[in-house]
Amino acid sequence: MKLDAKIPAGPVQEKWDARKFELKLVNPANKRKYKVLVVGSGLAGAAAAASLAELGYQVECFCFQDSPRRAHSIAAQGGINAAKNYRNDGDSIWRLFYDTVKGGDFRAREANVYRLAQLSVDIIDQAVAQGVPFAREYGGLLDNRSFGGAQVSRTFYARGQTGQQLLLGAYAALSRQIGLGAVKMFPRTEMLDVVLVDGHAKGIVVRDLVGGEIRSHAGDAVVLATGGYGNVFYLSTNAKGCNVTATWRAYKRGAGFANPCYTQIHPTCIPVSGDHQSKLTLMSESLRNDGRVWVPKQAGDKRRAQDIPEAERDYFLERKYPSFGNLAPRDIASRAAKQVCDEGRGIGETGLGVYLDFRDSIARLGKEAIAARYGNLFHMYAKITAEDPYSQPMRIFPAVHYTMGGLWVDYDLQSTIPGLFVLGEANFSDHGANRLGASALMQGLADGYFVIPYTIGGYLAGQRAGAIKTDHPQFAATAGEVDELTRRLLSIQGKRTVDDFHKALGKIMWQHCGMARNERGLQQALRDIPALREEFWRDVRVPGSGAELNQSLEKAGRVADFLEFGELMCRDALERRESCGGHFREEWQDEGEARRDDENFCHAAVWEYTGPGRAPARHVEPLAFENVHLAVRSYK
Amino acid sequence: MKVVLHVWRQQRRSTKQDFVQDGRMVRYELDHVSPDMSFLEMLDVLNEQLIRKGEDPVAFDHDCREGICGSCGVVIDGVPHGPERGTTACQLHMRSFRDGAEIWVEPWRAAAFPVVRDLVVDRSAFDRVVQAGAFVSVNTGAPQDANAIPVPKAAADRAFDAATCIGCGACVAACKNASAMLFVGAKVSHFLHLPQGRVERERRARNLVAAMDAEGFGNCTNQNECEAVCPKEIPVRVIAELNREFVRARLIEEPVGKKRVGGDG
Ligand SMILES: Cc1cc2nc3c(=O)[nH]c(=O)nc-3n(C[C@H](O)[C@H](O)[C@H](O)COP(=O)(O)OP(=O)(O)OC[C@H]3O[C@@H](n4cnc5c(N)ncnc54)[C@H](O)[C@@H]3O)c2cc1C
Ligand code: FES
Repeated sequence: MKLDAKIPAGPVQEKWDARKFELKLVNPANKRKYKVLVVGSGLAGAAAAASLAELGYQVECFCFQDSPRRAHSIAAQGGINAAKNYRNDGDSIWRLFYDTVKGGDFRAREANVYRLAQLSVDIIDQAVAQGVPFAREYGGLLDNRSFGGAQVSRTFYARGQTGQQLLLGAYAALSRQIGLGAVKMFPRTEMLDVVLVDGHAKGIVVRDLVGGEIRSHAGDAVVLATGGYGNVFYLSTNAKGCNVTATWRAYKRGAGFANPCYTQIHPTCIPVSGDHQSKLTLMSESLRNDGRVWVPKQAGDKRRAQDIPEAERDYFLERKYPSFGNLAPRDIASRAAKQVCDEGRGIGETGLGVYLDFRDSIARLGKEAIAARYGNLFHMYAKITAEDPYSQPMRIFPAVHYTMGGLWVDYDLQSTIPGLFVLGEANFSDHGANRLGASALMQGLADGYFVIPYTIGGYLAGQRAGAIKTDHPQFAATAGEVDELTRRLLSIQGKRTVDDFHKALGKIMWQHCGMARNERGLQQALRDIPALREEFWRDVRVPGSGAELNQSLEKAGRVADFLEFGELMCRDALERRESCGGHFREEWQDEGEARRDDENFCHAAVWEYTGPGRAPARHVEPLAFENVHLAVRSYK
Repeated sequence: MKVVLHVWRQQRRSTKQDFVQDGRMVRYELDHVSPDMSFLEMLDVLNEQLIRKGEDPVAFDHDCREGICGSCGVVIDGVPHGPERGTTACQLHMRSFRDGAEIWVEPWRAAAFPVVRDLVVDRSAFDRVVQAGAFVSVNTGAPQDANAIPVPKAAADRAFDAATCIGCGACVAACKNASAMLFVGAKVSHFLHLPQGRVERERRARNLVAAMDAEGFGNCTNQNECEAVCPKEIPVRVIAELNREFVRARLIEEPVGKKRVGGDG
């Protein structure tokens, strides 16, 4: 597998301009002859589909929800970063670049991160022009808040519903193009394979989730913007439908999968309440602007929060990381929470929880001010727990939230399969081993609005438009394989449900490949997962048929992929013999802080599929740090 | 706790052209329901039981389970999203019901939302209304700086209050006329309060109303049921705003030539 990142030469500030100039252009009159298939309608997919259609390309866009507006991006709460420096507090493109590289624990590609920081400012302008109602101050200008891992206020927000408002902006732009006939939208349609012709991605095979037909779509290029794979853990803050299917099947067709073990465990989620739990709910990081995290100093202290005197509380983030305090980055805050719980100081019935307390800010700012900032989050918390966070502290615990790993892409966001581009959370590009808050929305939109419209032209200019149609034999062959897989799932008729298997996989992953990992546990997982997978293919029960709306069948296909993918994740975690960002190997630590091994692991690990039942091959893309110097990451 | 459920089961797909409602209510008993479960988690438990017994699970739409994607939506005891105000079905918890309760669960019922299966309906009519003009006609490119046009905070807040709509369709399901005026009003109101949205206000009002009528949604007769069930508590003032905008658009400029639905900008 050849990994050429195609990073332009020259100073980091000039790379993107240089690349844009180098890229070949498609003549405006020819654009309409090319068709681009965009899978996904989240921030990355909707932004890409709309922008490509505006340029004149024919676009087909796919999502599995009943409407593109419901993509998982809708759930993002806290905000989006941009280096606008509207606060005059010392922000700059360079600082956002620096914070993101450092926040990612020096495991991201500098050139990509710099471009992201550059484009961040355009995103806010674009969103405002679309009518996104960001929070404003009385003077009529945009408001900002702070997020973890930064000492400036650069996060733009729309109450606790920033993702919703940004996605509705992108959805509106997409809808406009659909109305104009420039985009053909296929909702309730799931992509199940990529079609390769002479090694290039020239189409996809999908299943119509309403009628059940397996169909083929041909295009001149394919864009995957299918989101993250956090649901491999079963319980996560992701929407129920989030999956790895699109990227996994592309991997099996030859796309390299980079750093699958990099997952983000978010420190502030509502703790699990019982076995029936179907997902976990995030309480936005923005709450840490005004909430203080603490546990009792004494292990086993079971008094109610309000009965524990000030002197007997341990505000452990403020104590351990005085300069960032409660706004320490996610990986660090999560690990600190796990540590105090391991010491027996966790709160709540299970002891798996810490407090997030607003008492002091309510006293300082008043209840109204807090309600104006976080009203919908407090409301959501009260709904779920039946507790009032205005009068008693929230109980929170870390939960799986985001996946930094994804399909490997070069600087142009092209995977190792020519013609297959990957955007948003589905790629591995910008966040290294840990993503800072409010930067996923930024990345998805940067990729979709401002990167792909340029880079895809560079590829298409070298392709004959519309050369491949669905009558090419490769389509029938691929569709046949998809059909066969569906049939197999339906024919097993065993005893256990799909959810049963998914939960069992989630337990293995959380136990051995979650917040802390070690050699023994990972080896155990590498035995347990194949065994579970084997049982799945022997004993799963998928009711109904393939020729109808069949939600069990949809889930079964996704879980089948998770059962393969989980193994790759553990393998990647095992092979990365260092701790970095969200990947914490217990063997490599300094009293709970991650210890990187730059000598041996300053690279992205890229996995190549080598066939069923064969061990995948590990390749590396070395990472060079020419602008932000490799250093121990400290937030003390 | 225990509950008895009566759930609408419909296998045959209904469409606007072939609007069938040939399902029926089926009774199920559930014994081990925790008050901390969400309503959808309770349906998950039911489905797991049904699959183990070799029966087809109940189809229902859901995704985020956080009250924001607008996927979920069922009529619970006659009320869209159930008994709690400002709450989607996925955020409703079983503690809102008493032990032993009998609960009736049905899909949205409206001519514009045909039933796909069981509790799943086709809400694509909403998407088509949006495609007719619920946007600002700007391309991706290099717009001016975001702070170039100040927007009074109160106006931005009003726009936000309307923009918070999740497009679930409860408003339509609650209305005896199956009117979509709250949904469409929310779109109009969102753009009306922002300078960026005002440029196209006449065209937007006209096109959205035309699209809404073409989809077969009914008219508003001021029952305000929509506001009562809206999980995001969108106020009915947006309907007044929609009416005003529509009348204003008609006064200001009659459309030239044939009216086009489908957004021409
Ligand atoms: C609760 C929560 C809060 C968050 N808050 C923030 C925040 O405040 N700030 C921030 O920066 N980030 C936040 N994030 C992260 C951020 O929301 C996501 O990383 C980002 O929205 C992902 O966007 P995307 O476009 O890559 O993918 P998604 O929005 O996940 O979209 C994926 C799309 O792909 C489609 N799809 C997937 N598989 C298939 C398939 N096989 N066939 C067809 N279609 C398919 C889906 O239908 C969907 O349209 C949050 C995440 C969560 C879970
Ligand atoms: S599942 Fe998203 S709003 Fe209920």
